[in-house]
Amino acid sequence: MKTLFAGSALALVLCAGTAYAEDTSACLITKTDTNPFFVKMKEGASAKADELGIELNTYAGKIDGDVETQVAAVESCIAAGAKGILITPSDSRALTPVVGKAREAGLLVIALDTPFEPIDAADATFATDNFLAGELIGKWAAAKMEDPSKAKIALLDLNPSQVSVDYLRDNGFLNGFGIDIKDPTKMGDEDDPRIVGNDVTNGNEEGGRTAMENLLQKDPGVNLVYTINEPAAAGAYEALKAVGLEDQALIVSVDGGCPGVRNVEAGVIGATSMQFPLKMASMGIEAIKAFADSGEKPQASEGLEFTNTGVELVTDQPVDGIPSITSQEALEKCWG
Amino acid sequence: MSETIPPTRRSAQDYETAVDSADRRVAAFDPHRRGPVEKLQHVLHSNPTLVPVIVLLGAVAVFGVVSGSKFFSAFNLTLIMQQVSIIGILAAAQSLIVLTAGIDLSVAAIMVLMSVIAGNLAVYSGVPAFLALIIAFVGGTAAGMFNGFLVTRVKLPPFITTLGTWSIFYALNLWLSGAQSIRSQDIDAAAPLLKVFGETIAIGPARITYGSILMVLVFLVLWYMLNRTAWGRHVYAVGDDAEAAELAGIRTGRTLMSVYALAGFVCGIAAWASIGRVGSISPQAFYEGNLQSITAVVIGGISLFGGRGSILGALFGALIVGVFQSGLRLAGVDVLWQVFAIGWLIIIAVAIDQWIRKVSA
Repeated sequence: MKTLFAGSALALVLCAGTAYAEDTSACLITKTDTNPFFVKMKEGASAKADELGIELNTYAGKIDGDVETQVAAVESCIAAGAKGILITPSDSRALTPVVGKAREAGLLVIALDTPFEPIDAADATFATDNFLAGELIGKWAAAKMEDPSKAKIALLDLNPSQVSVDYLRDNGFLNGFGIDIKDPTKMGDEDDPRIVGNDVTNGNEEGGRTAMENLLQKDPGVNLVYTINEPAAAGAYEALKAVGLEDQALIVSVDGGCPGVRNVEAGVIGATSMQFPLKMASMGIEAIKAFADSGEKPQASEGLEFTNTGVELVTDQPVDGIPSITSQEALEKCWG
Repeated sequence: MSETIPPTRRSAQDYETAVDSADRRVAAFDPHRRGPVEKLQHVLHSNPTLVPVIVLLGAVAVFGVVSGSKFFSAFNLTLIMQQVSIIGILAAAQSLIVLTAGIDLSVAAIMVLMSVIAGNLAVYSGVPAFLALIIAFVGGTAAGMFNGFLVTRVKLPPFITTLGTWSIFYALNLWLSGAQSIRSQDIDAAAPLLKVFGETIAIGPARITYGSILMVLVFLVLWYMLNRTAWGRHVYAVGDDAEAAELAGIRTGRTLMSVYALAGFVCGIAAWASIGRVGSISPQAFYEGNLQSITAVVIGGISLFGGRGSILGALFGALIVGVFQSGLRLAGVDVLWQVFAIGWLIIIAVAIDQWIRKVSA
């Protein structure tokens, strides 16, 4: 009851002035409104909503992992009578009960970017194939390294809570590189001796630097660094540079943010997998519109449990057999 | 024999003779003998920094044995210094506030905001780097004074004040930065001065950054100010008992204001150091810095009730956290168990503080 009240109060604040000018309304709930990835997502959703005449309310958690705010936001959307919710769950398991309530109330729930667990907790998922994104950089690294059997790999992950985007990218990378990943939903359970270790970065520069320092401390011979995103990669590079090892290690990442692409151009990052947040959001709004008009729900991509919004490998050192685009081309498509 | 006293008179006068055999001491303290535990309690009461020093040395020794040379190497020990340098400087600012029986939840938010301001000015607006830094110091001081104003003039509790300003400064930071990091290479090209505290001095395997040295200097200067100047004694007095301090002629409002301003200034310095440490300017970094600085202060034996503890304790507190994290990590302990251990450290530290406070006289 208390959370419902808090949620409604929040809704009142956020919706003030925009109440019910249009028939169809939709909600966009992002992990934060600070990460440029979500900023871009919001842009894409807003533009599409304007085009289709849908009223869009947006909500965001305070930090990545802020479940309470997202729960309150979902409750507000139900209370406000929205037709559908686009959500990037801060916790892929914790939010399933509340989106279940939303679906019972007749809303279309679409997960963007981060799938729920189980994935069918939402009506549809529009996401980057994060496993594929990881696989692409893993394969690229294996082809790029002179002798992959002598790799010493540092894995810089997001946080300790084993969220899906985190383990999918991590395991995708290892799989692409040719390492037995054991449980595909777990990080750090591999026993390949080439892995120096895992550490967490919170997806920012400061965390990336500290995590890299820690793993270098475990083994100063690290020559391949996987990073959850490009800010973490930038931090890892600083740590390597501080001890003069920046030429020894190859850094790979996932995201496709503009600063990250510029770091590919500058040679800081060897390769990164680009994803398309704007497309996820605009496709999501289109799906809510279709659902409101005809009750039709979106279908998953063939062979996948979700709708793949695409991923492209960005590198200035292409290898045979792995399609990629250059940093110059990528600068035109990057987000943030 | 004619002088024989009649029995009735004798008994009337003789009662006073009983006084001679009685204990003549009018009042005295109970000659209570202190047991070893109480002696320890007294020693700790008069030397509040002793506990953190013992814990720090003990932790270094234990991890040195458990994790061996990987932990107990000049490289790793100086790395720990680097890793705690920013939280350490923030803990110095936090200590100032805590000594006045306050708490500051906004220190890291002020720091990140100032680093973003300095970065925006120097990298994007072409302002000379030194000027951008001066603006950041002034800005930090102003932010601290804003907290101080709310505490001393509007009479809001420090906890509530800084809970509010934490959000305000964080929001301003995201607005100014557009939630975008300023890249390391862009800083190198436009304003390398901003990153000067990331430079390292290599002595053999040891890697001492200017940032680590700065942290120690900040603590030493503040220690001198608190312990060797009238202002410092006033800070302790105000923290111990504001009313008594007021009656003794200390202008408590003014003292508090100066403490908040100084803490803000120290956060401005931390902003400069953090750019060197992180390499880039990230609006998302140090989100937990406020609480981590409080952790360092508490583990360092500075009483949250004000007026007791040495600022050097916070330095040891920050180092203890760094040593635990590094030691546990190198021993192969999972991140979540590191968090678990730090949680216990906080509780034990405060429990010890409470026990020491119970000391009589």
